[in-house]
Amino acid sequence: MRFVLLATALMVAAPALAQKAKAPAAPHPGAEVYQNVCQACHMANALGGEGAGKIPALAKNGALEASSYPIMVVTGGKGAMPWFRGQLTDQQIADVINYVRSHFGNRYKDKVTPAMVAEQGVPAPKGGFREQ
Amino acid sequence: MNGGMAGTGRAPTRREVLRAIGLMAGTAVLYQAMEVLGHAKETQFAGPPNLSGARPGTKVIVLGAGLAGMLAAYELSKAGYDVQIIEYNNRPGGRNWSLYGGDTYTELGGATQKVGFAEGNYLNPGPWRIPYHHRALLHYCKAFGVKLEPFMQMNQQALLHSSKAFGGKPMRYRELHADWDGNVAELLSKAIDNRGLDSALTREDADRLRMALREWGALDQDFKYSKSYRSSRRRGFDRPQGGGVLGEPIPSEPHAFKDILDSGIWRVVAQHMSIDHQHTMFQPVGGMGMIGRGFARQVEGKIRFNQKVTSISQQGGKVTVTHTDTGTGVTGTTEADYCVCTIPLGILSQMDLDVSPGLDAAIRAIPYSNSVKVGLEFKRRFWEEDEAIYGGISFTDREISMISYPSGGLHSAGPAVVLGAYTFGPASYKFAGMTPEERIQRALEQGSVFHPGRYKEEFIGGATVAWSRVPFTLGCCAQWNEDTRKEHYQTLVAVDDRLVLAGEHASYVGCWMEGAILSSLDAITRLHKRALEA
Repeated sequence: MRFVLLATALMVAAPALAQKAKAPAAPHPGAEVYQNVCQACHMANALGGEGAGKIPALAKNGALEASSYPIMVVTGGKGAMPWFRGQLTDQQIADVINYVRSHFGNRYKDKVTPAMVAEQGVPAPKGGFREQ
Repeated sequence: MNGGMAGTGRAPTRREVLRAIGLMAGTAVLYQAMEVLGHAKETQFAGPPNLSGARPGTKVIVLGAGLAGMLAAYELSKAGYDVQIIEYNNRPGGRNWSLYGGDTYTELGGATQKVGFAEGNYLNPGPWRIPYHHRALLHYCKAFGVKLEPFMQMNQQALLHSSKAFGGKPMRYRELHADWDGNVAELLSKAIDNRGLDSALTREDADRLRMALREWGALDQDFKYSKSYRSSRRRGFDRPQGGGVLGEPIPSEPHAFKDILDSGIWRVVAQHMSIDHQHTMFQPVGGMGMIGRGFARQVEGKIRFNQKVTSISQQGGKVTVTHTDTGTGVTGTTEADYCVCTIPLGILSQMDLDVSPGLDAAIRAIPYSNSVKVGLEFKRRFWEEDEAIYGGISFTDREISMISYPSGGLHSAGPAVVLGAYTFGPASYKFAGMTPEERIQRALEQGSVFHPGRYKEEFIGGATVAWSRVPFTLGCCAQWNEDTRKEHYQTLVAVDDRLVLAGEHASYVGCWMEGAILSSLDAITRLHKRALEA
């Protein structure tokens, strides 16, 4: 292999090593959404990254305490981050917010529901996602 | 044709009229006139700006050494300004970029690739083709000595793969295209026979259309798209024409129309018809990054590399930019009278900016798209040697969306690099979330559907760039929509006190190098005017 992976900062978030002995728990419904979407920027370990600009870490993130904030950002976008209203269902948005708020060192107990996303979320833009 | 009536003298030629208009009224009017007379097409480029007469000692700081920034620096220097460029990367070009053997690239998150391509091989992570009507970019390529060669966009010998048709077996674009046209022609001609178009066409025009359909669709004498010499001249023969005893060709059987419909071939046909993909297309000899290098030669000594900008102030009748050296960590400031800022909006929105509330809101309002590219190097050009595919693109409904064969170095021996993935939509996020190694493996797996027995077997190594993890952009390009255009575009491009933005994001040719060039020329023309009026 002439392609060499010199270094990675990847540390797969290890969910509950303590549960090892028990039967494997069903994966969190938000985990798949996180891996297929969020991880593209926020990284598998949710630590984000920094270059000329910064991708914020979601791990141990105090801004996630009020669930209305992640609902607003995921549905409405922020800076370079596109809005995902219309790309993801309200259920998927609720699932992934719940996943992040209960993993990566976050321990928020309250749950986000699709109804909350529908009510508090930023509506999908009228002008569509992008120009045709 | 000219009537040549006696006594009226020779009418002025079109060129003479254009010259006269140009002399009287400047290039804008000349451009409009050219447009009316059908000369200029698809671009707003009326020639390089002729800026001059800058007040001596006036300083301009340019943020970003991409095409927009370097061109601004080049033209403003010519006009007499004292120009300095501040750049985050350790190289010029920005998104105009090629990865060559020996290059090292570290994406956000820390994954580092050392590219192992053979000499002369490359991956263009960003732009990779130039439409013939991107006249501004073409002008500067010529002016700056960047050699171009044809880029093969459409190749009838390339393949189309659909999981929904032909049992997942890739088919030749040529066969599917011919069968699509042939079947549509036959159906339409049937509709005419059944008087189905009587309300739309006169009998005479319907007859003409019927004859046209026969020729266009390669129909036989009975207006059927059938297994024939005629249709095989398009879709290819089962046994091609040869010499001697077995010289006679054997026609091929067209596919069933249902399969053609299932294949989605019309999407590829339509894509090739877009003005952005019509022939002729170009690429620089030796990789897209040659354009960035060519531009950099024009502003040599003016670029400070490895500088991360953290704030822009316009206090006290000047521009003050704070930037940190990414190598030494030393923070300093640079002052200037004016600033051309080409920093992508997603990054700019994170800085401490001293701009009007309207511009600030505009900068924060525009998200960036995402895409992933993967370059795969193979031991030899088996697609050329074994399948006679010289350049062009094979399309698939898998996540990689396409593979593109190299347009350069055609018919040569030795290793070559195929663009093994160019993702869109959800697939871009999925791919970007993988490690570089995983992306390369997935691209190899998915692309092998086109060339089983060769693709994985003759693979040497790969390189990949996921744009959401690119440290200097945080995405591909600005993603405007109708609403954000209406609300923010004019504010975004307006001169804001002593600062003006430039780049593809400040254009309607979004995501193309041409947009960056046209935006830059327009921005500096207005900034120059502002400086002279001050």
